[in-house]
Amino acid sequence: MRTLTRLLDRRTALLGVATLSLALTMTACGKADTGTSSDGESGGSGDKPLSIVFLPKNLGNPYFDASDAGGKKAVEALGGTFSEVGPQTASPDAQVQYINTAAQQHASAIVLSANDPKAVGSALTQAKSSGTKIVTFDSDTEAQYRDLFVNQASPEGIAKAQVDGLAEQIGDSGEIAILSASANATNQNAWIDLMKKDLQADHPDIKLVDTVYGNDDDQTSFDKTAALLKNHPNLKGIISPTTVGIAAAARYLSTSKSKGKVALTGLGTPNQMRKFVEDGTVTEFYLWNPTDLGTLAAYAAAALANGEITGKEGDKFTAGDLGDYTVGADNTVLLGDPTGFNKDNIGDFDF
Amino acid sequence: MSERTYPSYTHPLWRRLLIGREAGVIALLVIIWLYGYSNIPYFGDTLTLTYILVDMTTVLLIALPMTLVIVTGEIDLSVASVVGLSSAVLGLLVQHGVGMPLACLTALVTGVICGVVNGFLVAYVGLPSLAVTIGTLALYRGIAVGLLGTTAVTDFPANWTELTSRVLGSSGIPTFMMVFVVLAAIFIALLHFSPFGRGIYDIGLSPEAAEFTGVNVQRTKMILFVLTGTLSALAGIFYTLRFGSARGDNATGLELQVIAAVLLGGVSIFGGRGKLPGVIAGVLLIGALSSALRLEGVTVNVINIIIGLLLVLSVLSTSLLAWVSDIRGSRARRHRVQRPTPTPSSVSSQ
Repeated sequence: MRTLTRLLDRRTALLGVATLSLALTMTACGKADTGTSSDGESGGSGDKPLSIVFLPKNLGNPYFDASDAGGKKAVEALGGTFSEVGPQTASPDAQVQYINTAAQQHASAIVLSANDPKAVGSALTQAKSSGTKIVTFDSDTEAQYRDLFVNQASPEGIAKAQVDGLAEQIGDSGEIAILSASANATNQNAWIDLMKKDLQADHPDIKLVDTVYGNDDDQTSFDKTAALLKNHPNLKGIISPTTVGIAAAARYLSTSKSKGKVALTGLGTPNQMRKFVEDGTVTEFYLWNPTDLGTLAAYAAAALANGEITGKEGDKFTAGDLGDYTVGADNTVLLGDPTGFNKDNIGDFDF
Repeated sequence: MSERTYPSYTHPLWRRLLIGREAGVIALLVIIWLYGYSNIPYFGDTLTLTYILVDMTTVLLIALPMTLVIVTGEIDLSVASVVGLSSAVLGLLVQHGVGMPLACLTALVTGVICGVVNGFLVAYVGLPSLAVTIGTLALYRGIAVGLLGTTAVTDFPANWTELTSRVLGSSGIPTFMMVFVVLAAIFIALLHFSPFGRGIYDIGLSPEAAEFTGVNVQRTKMILFVLTGTLSALAGIFYTLRFGSARGDNATGLELQVIAAVLLGGVSIFGGRGKLPGVIAGVLLIGALSSALRLEGVTVNVINIIIGLLLVLSVLSTSLLAWVSDIRGSRARRHRVQRPTPTPSSVSSQ
């Protein structure tokens, strides 16, 4: 009996080995091209082929699908190898493994949206020391870990786009209100202060009558919108610089009698806002374009890898169709003004 | 009736390893390593070895006591939450200016307390460990996230965080592995070469019978849960220092990785079977395989599919083995029953 068990043990082990070697062979076959290209890579030391690894917070996220699509197009236009890797869930420890892998493969650059500003630090430092350039986008790490941060939008740009947009929709006069996230959210308060300055300077006939806080909770934001309309019967417009707030406000407006009379704008995502733009509740709202963000990050990474720039303030490079960019303070490149999403272009976006 | 047998103690450990299911896991590990070494670019670098070992250290540490717990037929699902809680405690103390040695010690004691709570509820109150540790999984994680909120503590002294990435000479083996080697030796001695360890197998095969043969079932279970708590806290300290970041949500979901590796290493989820060398090989197998697949550019979903399949196949092979030996056993019994019957007739005919 023991002999049989022993035999079976060996047989099961063999079965496992066979399955596994099959799996490995299959993947090896599928990746035959990369195998040869990495051979070439080790051959030419000075003229290393461009290989850029995109590492989003997690895979299967429509926002990053859009940015990585932009990156892929840019890298391929430059004749480089693009790859997208990442964890299933947005956890820092899982990102570290992918940074390590890219460093082992001596990738030219890693383009990363960090899940933790510090936890990926030592892995990035190690990757940098083996010659890989580090570009962060969307979500930055601490500055010493990366060569360049591609910032999606400046606070000034975000504030101005929303104020100017709403002013245009309401004829540059009347009462407006702001539906924010929470009263102590740093970025929200910075934007609101800048909006107030913009209103004072450029839109003297618009009066900000109220600022309410929906705490980035759908139901609270919905209720606060209802209260705003009740308390201010002459309200002509609402700005909600938060994706949760604008969606809840749009949902309230779309079924209320104020639909079409009270304008709504702010920061939102096309997938959340699509039906409200199509039914006329919202004319235009804003956010940066993640595809452009990915494109710019890819060009920045390529410029660093080629030695065209080093990432210091004042460095200039060209990002394909997006045009010329200059590195600003703190090794940061700014994408530019937010993109407006309206009936004409919302169909082009899926995130 | 299934026939449960003791592992054949008549053979020394090395023989049992050579002929057991552990041999399959170890062979697979060697094959993957050799395959990777000769076929996958960069797999042969010492850096790869470093990364695999550093990546798997937390799982390796927790897998040691987890094996013992599963061999008794119990389970501890709260380990990843203990990692998170000890990380949060460590971070909170460092944030408030407590020195590193004292902060680490407190984090470790936190793990001991977590283990005592689990152990008390399972061993002395007699609740099922599955239910208890699902509860404490949520409880400990809740406390951890409550302590730090959504913030992370990142200001750990560099000479401490460097400890986790330091390597022995040019070997590529992380220095911290020495701690693991010592712990592994202790746990192997405990499980495979001590009366306490034989008691653990006895409990896994039949707690009632173990009680009758003089094994203190309650105390044994209590000790094992305290051990998982303690080693999880040690893993939490390592995790925190390695990433230089203490967060309440650190290592979420790690318990499933640990249990998967333990089962892959040949431990039966029903208790009574399994050996530590197989488990260690199982953990390294998962580490080496994922590293090899990542270097080949395989996406995370496919890696998970392959590791999942491997686990199912390995569990299946154990059941298949037990089933076949069951059939063999009952057939042998039937033979034994049948054989004496003709004897009297043959006697009478004489």
